[in-house]
Amino acid sequence: MESIEFEKPETVDQAVALLQGASGNAKILAGGTDLLVQLRAQMLEPSVIIDIKHIEETRKLTKNSDGSYTIGAAVAGAEAGDRDDITKDWPGVIEGWELIGSTQVQGRASLGGNLCNASPAGDSVPAMVAAGMTVNIAGPNGRRTIPVEDVTVAPGRTCLEKGEFVVSFNLPARPAGGGDAYLRLIPRTEMDIAVVGCGVAITLDDAGVVKTAKISLGAVAATVLVVEDAAKAIIGTKLDADAMSALDAACQAACKPIDDKRGTIEYRTKIAGVLARRAVTIAAERAGEK
Amino acid sequence: MAKHHITATLNGEPVEFLCSTRQTLLDVLRDELNMTGSKEGCASGDCGACSVMVDDRLVCSCLVLGAECDNKKIESIEGMADGEKLHPLQTKFLEEAALQCGICTPGVLVAAKALLERNNNPTETEVRYWLAGNLCRCTGYDKIVRAVMNTAADMRENAK
Ligand SMILES: Cc1cc2nc3c(=O)[nH]c(=O)nc-3n(C[C@H](O)[C@H](O)[C@H](O)COP(=O)(O)OP(=O)(O)OC[C@H]3O[C@@H](n4cnc5c(N)ncnc54)[C@H](O)[C@@H]3O)c2cc1C
Ligand code: FES
Ligand code: FES
Repeated sequence: MESIEFEKPETVDQAVALLQGASGNAKILAGGTDLLVQLRAQMLEPSVIIDIKHIEETRKLTKNSDGSYTIGAAVAGAEAGDRDDITKDWPGVIEGWELIGSTQVQGRASLGGNLCNASPAGDSVPAMVAAGMTVNIAGPNGRRTIPVEDVTVAPGRTCLEKGEFVVSFNLPARPAGGGDAYLRLIPRTEMDIAVVGCGVAITLDDAGVVKTAKISLGAVAATVLVVEDAAKAIIGTKLDADAMSALDAACQAACKPIDDKRGTIEYRTKIAGVLARRAVTIAAERAGEK
Repeated sequence: MAKHHITATLNGEPVEFLCSTRQTLLDVLRDELNMTGSKEGCASGDCGACSVMVDDRLVCSCLVLGAECDNKKIESIEGMADGEKLHPLQTKFLEEAALQCGICTPGVLVAAKALLERNNNPTETEVRYWLAGNLCRCTGYDKIVRAVMNTAADMRENAK
């Protein structure tokens, strides 16, 4: 086994220069809960590991004056879960993030790592997508900001170019009448990989009619899905039985899952509809709470 | 490549060590610092036998690189007792036989201590979820959960 260099840049520019200048495979290290497992299993042979946690921007979780949040790419789930503001404003985003692993894994697991590991079953991703979150990417050509759903292009592959990494995420202010939720199904009660995950963010008007909706499914296709037909099925309704059936059907229609020991195609598809109904119900309850 | 020279604190004492990039904090604790209380059950974050605190956060030391630990505050099972005086959790685990082979015990104790420092009145459900990343092949968990709950009750009583 070759030895691996280890770098801990303190600025974004230094990190980009290291990524760009690396001969061989450079790997970013955030919480290491995927990277170290892969290293140990010899799935990776990086020439250099670049620890981004000394870059202040990656480590800060800030509520901005307009009510939006900037979340550093390397902030750990446990740190976010300890914050009353974001937990109250976006419970679904926090639910997805906090479902990642055990208490110990939470001490390290970041949104940047969960997204860039690019598993179709990453638990934080559907809720981030539903909430309309975007990613701030830095690279040799400067910065760009793109929606979370555009980052993963295939299992294990992101759209990041050589020299690029995720610095932080933007989470909008919680809208008036807004609520969100994330649910996943796993065969156990803790510590397992999602068979299906569903993130929902909606807004209701004063009469309880759905004004906006974004619905996202994880683990039922090669990448996390945005199900526009599911959103259409409930916008303009009061979430009556017909709207919920249409939502369920749209989610099932969007699934292109794999068949494995943890869930057959038929099962995953059916569950996608069930979780969407339940997550929408929870999001609507939260939207009603002032 | 040259090894990394790391300075940190371990259980309140300054420590220095050399490590390669591949060495995890668990490798460093056990192989470089001769602190063999933290156990390696899986080396993949699943079992929690390697649980330690790094800068006041509970983590799996098998999922932290030694090279990351420069200037960090590390706390392991070896720092739990005060000299010969056991921590109330340790005493309770012995009294109530909340261990059999003992491999999981250091990690369980470190994790349970972290819980009780945040919440001295956890429900059974909270204890079970908090310790979900600590696997035990012997006890069936019941005695562990009860010992943690009973320690919490004692600590509340003593704080009165
Ligand atoms: C026991 C255990 C249980 C788990 N359970 C779950 C679970 O229930 N649900 C779930 O979704 N996941 C789970 N995971 C996987 C893992 O914990 C998550 O994916 C976690 O969010 C990864 O974050 P990290 O900060 O540890 O990433 P790292 O391991 O540091 O990085 C992961 C990958 O992303 C890259 N990367 C990291 N940050 C960036 C960045 N800012 N820019 C570009 N690339 C970057 C790294 O190079 C690496 O390839 C589990 C892992 C373990 C060990
Ligand atoms: S050895 Fe670290 S979690 Fe099992
Ligand atoms: S006592 Fe043997 S593994 Fe827990």
